[in-house]
Amino acid sequence: MSLRTNFTDDLSALPTHAFSYRSLTWWGIIGFMVIEGVAFAVAAAAYFFLMSHEQEWAPRPWEPPNLIAGTLFTIVMLASEIPNTMVKKAAEKYDTAAVRRLLPWIVGIGVLLLVIRGFEFNSLNVLWYENAYGSIIWALLFLHATHIATDWMDTVVLWRLMRTPHGEEPRRLVDVDENALYWRFVWLTWLPIYLLIYWVPRFFR
Amino acid sequence: MTSALEKAKAPPAKVPRDGPRLTGDKLHARLSATWERPRGFIGWLSSVDHKDIGRRYIVAALVFLALGGALAVAMRLQLSRPQNDLIGAARYNEIFTMHGTTMMFLFAVPVMQGMQIYLTPLMVGTRAVAFPRLTAFSLWTYIAGGCLLWIAFLLNVGPDIGWFAYPPLSGPQYGVGKRPDIWAQMVTFTEVAALAVAVSLTATILKQRAPGMTLARMPIFVWATLVTSLMVIFSMPSVALASSFLLSDRLVGTHFYNPAERGDALLWQHLFWFFGHPEVYIIFLPATGFVSEIVATFSRRSIIAYPIVVLSLVATGILAFGLWVHHMFATGLPRVGYSFFTAASMSVSIPTGLQIFAWIATMWTGRPRMQVPLLYVIAFIITFVIGGLTGVMIAAVPLDLQLHDTYFIVAHFHYVLIGGAVFPLLGAITYWFPKATGRMMSEALGKISFWMIFLGFQLAFFPMHISGLLGMPRRVYTYPAGMGLELPNLLSSIGGLVVALAVLLFVINMLASVRRGRLAPANPWDGTSLEWATTSPPPSYNFAHIPVVDSQSPLWDGKGELAVVHGLRVEERELLLTTVMSATPDVRDPSAHPSPWPVIAAAALTVMFVGSIFSPWAVLFGTVPLAIALTAWFWPKTKEPTLEPSIS
Amino acid sequence: MSRVAALILPLALCGCAGFQNALGGDGGEGANFVRLFVLFTAVCTFMYLLVMAGLFAAVLRRRRNADELTVDTGKHHESAPLVTRALAAWAILIGIGLMALTVASFFTDRSNAAITRDPQLSVKVTGNQWWWDVQYSFADTSKSIRTANELHLPVGVRAEVTLESNDVIHSFWIPNLAGKQDLIPGRVTDIQLVPRKTGLYRGQCAEFCGVQHAHMALDVTVESKAEFLRWAAAQLQPAPAPRTPLELAGYRYITTRECSVCHNLSGTPASASVGPDLTHFASRRSIAAGTLPMNKGNLYGWVADPQSQKPGTKMPTIGLSPDELHAVVAYLQRLK
Repeated sequence: MSLRTNFTDDLSALPTHAFSYRSLTWWGIIGFMVIEGVAFAVAAAAYFFLMSHEQEWAPRPWEPPNLIAGTLFTIVMLASEIPNTMVKKAAEKYDTAAVRRLLPWIVGIGVLLLVIRGFEFNSLNVLWYENAYGSIIWALLFLHATHIATDWMDTVVLWRLMRTPHGEEPRRLVDVDENALYWRFVWLTWLPIYLLIYWVPRFFR
Repeated sequence: MTSALEKAKAPPAKVPRDGPRLTGDKLHARLSATWERPRGFIGWLSSVDHKDIGRRYIVAALVFLALGGALAVAMRLQLSRPQNDLIGAARYNEIFTMHGTTMMFLFAVPVMQGMQIYLTPLMVGTRAVAFPRLTAFSLWTYIAGGCLLWIAFLLNVGPDIGWFAYPPLSGPQYGVGKRPDIWAQMVTFTEVAALAVAVSLTATILKQRAPGMTLARMPIFVWATLVTSLMVIFSMPSVALASSFLLSDRLVGTHFYNPAERGDALLWQHLFWFFGHPEVYIIFLPATGFVSEIVATFSRRSIIAYPIVVLSLVATGILAFGLWVHHMFATGLPRVGYSFFTAASMSVSIPTGLQIFAWIATMWTGRPRMQVPLLYVIAFIITFVIGGLTGVMIAAVPLDLQLHDTYFIVAHFHYVLIGGAVFPLLGAITYWFPKATGRMMSEALGKISFWMIFLGFQLAFFPMHISGLLGMPRRVYTYPAGMGLELPNLLSSIGGLVVALAVLLFVINMLASVRRGRLAPANPWDGTSLEWATTSPPPSYNFAHIPVVDSQSPLWDGKGELAVVHGLRVEERELLLTTVMSATPDVRDPSAHPSPWPVIAAAALTVMFVGSIFSPWAVLFGTVPLAIALTAWFWPKTKEPTLEPSIS
Repeated sequence: MSRVAALILPLALCGCAGFQNALGGDGGEGANFVRLFVLFTAVCTFMYLLVMAGLFAAVLRRRRNADELTVDTGKHHESAPLVTRALAAWAILIGIGLMALTVASFFTDRSNAAITRDPQLSVKVTGNQWWWDVQYSFADTSKSIRTANELHLPVGVRAEVTLESNDVIHSFWIPNLAGKQDLIPGRVTDIQLVPRKTGLYRGQCAEFCGVQHAHMALDVTVESKAEFLRWAAAQLQPAPAPRTPLELAGYRYITTRECSVCHNLSGTPASASVGPDLTHFASRRSIAAGTLPMNKGNLYGWVADPQSQKPGTKMPTIGLSPDELHAVVAYLQRLK
């Protein structure tokens, strides 16, 4: 027995793209953000678990990491939110020209951040194979470094794509909007990790 | 050239669209041309059709079930007599490790996800999953991980540290060679695959439901899929981190699990079981979804207390995250902490108890038809409840301290996993086989293999409660005579052979029925959910027109009619996004074309992951081909932007 | 499939006489386990029978067309009036049952803790791949007993067993007496034992610890206080001297050749602690942590080729000549 078809609404006038929670890829990005957020939370839990075995943290004779590189990174990272927000707003207004102007700035800041990150690894005052304290702070810094690297790579690809005629496609502007959202996630997750790597080892000695 | 702003405001293009003027055979021809995968081997590899991906997931999982089952038969032969010398200690330890690892990582989760991938778009009334290429990528990633493990085993470098690989046994000092690394990296493969599927299914369920299918009108299986996908997202990162820390301890000298350098062997147990406990509910909850669908159809009425059943799924999903320390009661942690986990472990049985009530009440108030799918549901209730009750026992610390790590636990988890997940799965396969293949499975052969597996299972696993109480620990390749263990072990071994034969019969039934089964109509069981509104098997585009629903049982309430919306493009892959809460039509979204890039990206990922078993530099260098593959994947393949968007 | 069978069957199979039997109940904690297990089995069986009654009634009951709530009568969305109340009653019943069981579990835990307060005997057990290092300490700290793969306990006396591991995670389990406790490297755990019945029991490692996990057992002797003190006094003696020329040759081999690299015999030059202490080896009931019963034939087999008896064990197969083998076994048999 086959069913009789009863036609109701004509949907041809619906848009073919939308921003924020109306976009399917937005949900994908949120999904990945939750996954990575949980990974960071679990890493933080491991950090506190290992810390609970110690009388001091950072355990002597190891000194806590130097503050300069990490704090510089944090400042640059937070400052990058300014062009990031500008890109996001431009995308929402379909201003492809503005997006094309602003994306190279994000790419450049990303390079700067990766360089500073290299200096951070060098100034942790402990190596990953020396003890579990070293292992966990290297792990936290490494996990976040991979975030910066992958989001930077995404931004580079998007920058090149926007310079082609595809840049005038509304769905590409949705991509730019979502990439900017992900950049916010990258620095938001940095803030607690910054505290765990640089400040908590100063408070428990 | 039009600017983005102009495009955004442009009226819909004048292209062919489905509707009253384009329907029936003419529509079928146009939609098939658009949605079918290309011919040839590359076309086969490039498929992003969720029905292909789902079927392949299920077939691969069943292959791993057979391999894991063969290992079980080997173990049972060795244990059929005390002091047996069929299999030596080292080989036996590899075999039980491979059995558990294969069943948990390569069969149980993938088969459930495979069923979810196949069924979800059909049940919610859409044409594809949300991220078709990501789903295809996850299939190949999963298969690569399974091959890594099994090729290593066949080359005699398989893992031998148990399926949960506790350090320091799995650590650099005592886990000699590359065996634990292969295990840990296989975990990475399968967990990447599972997470990708979970994201895809969550987005599909939230954004692609048919107009009118509010959350309160979704089939219960779709609710189960949503809850388990969220559980995957929240639990798998923990095991990913745990196995990465293990690989890092072994490869580059970190000390996460090394007590000599301020690490802790128990860190592994916490990280692993924080994933490991939700994992078993990730396997069980989809099975309860199968049961709800089958009970409703075969009782010829809707599930009683639908809101309670849904809340039970959600509550179980949440509570499952608060139980993990019950795997660690013997490790000497503070007793006051244990009390919390006892209380939580006990209370997780309440939602499941309510679901059982709902199923029985549905059968009571309906008219049950004793066909094979319902038989498996009855076997499920009889068997799973025993496992659940032994679970209540071991939630109590004084009982667990005797029973932990004995064959009593082996009995418990096989009762809940086989009784609670495999029985519903076999019923579900029988139930949806006609939809997927267009043919019915043999009812007679189905009943024979049903009775064999049900009774064989009891013979195999009930005696294990006794051998555990009589002092038989887990993971032993032999046991002494004179402890009373001979009879239970012999019975278990005989039962194991019966189960193996029964599963073989079931598979034979599947294979024979694909070719010679009775032809099946669109709705052979008179089900009510949307998958029964399309042909058996469904066309590549699932539905001729996107359906509209206004009840929780659309086909029973439709009175022979199916309301549909129309206006979607036919020359380009297009589906409908609706709003999350009220499922109002919102956006016309393109769907991805077939593409070889998911396979290529999975291959690049495989090279990176396998390389990093041997050298940390592989992590760095391996990102290059992966980045290239991913960029090619997303870069638009059309020369010019098109009139209305596409994804290629 | 009832829970009652789980209780009767083991008793039928072993007649309560199992020596590695969780239902033995031969220790304070062990007896508590049996009581709690019986309670849980009873409650769980009751709940199971209720579910089965409901299931079979639902499946087997005869239907009358008029009051069916199915698609065919168009009432497939309706629910029978009693259902809501029955559901609530069921939920309450489950809740009460679980609470009762949780409270019973809690009280058993407290009872276990009370039974074992103020221990009078201190033992330290260190887990190794695949043997147990057992040390008794006394108030007089100059006296200590070191043995391997066996535990002697005086009946009725509370013993505190401290647990450590030299390598991987093991688990200490003497089911007749008590539940298990893990031995975790880098941590110290403990378990309290109060044996209530004299007898010979067996314990076994219960956490997978490598290739010979299956052969890591512990011979447990629960005896009267007088017998225990006699055993302890004998253990405090140094290794017995050889009495025949063959035993002397064996003594010389053991204390100067490969054996002395790993083993300790008190009062002799052999004083390594890599492997089990052998001072009173022949007084034990088994060889190699329960792998082989202690007798002359098995001693020959073990010493000649440990790798074939327990493949993967840390004791190497040395390849003794027949004369060396006779001598070594002869002296080992002297070590009572």
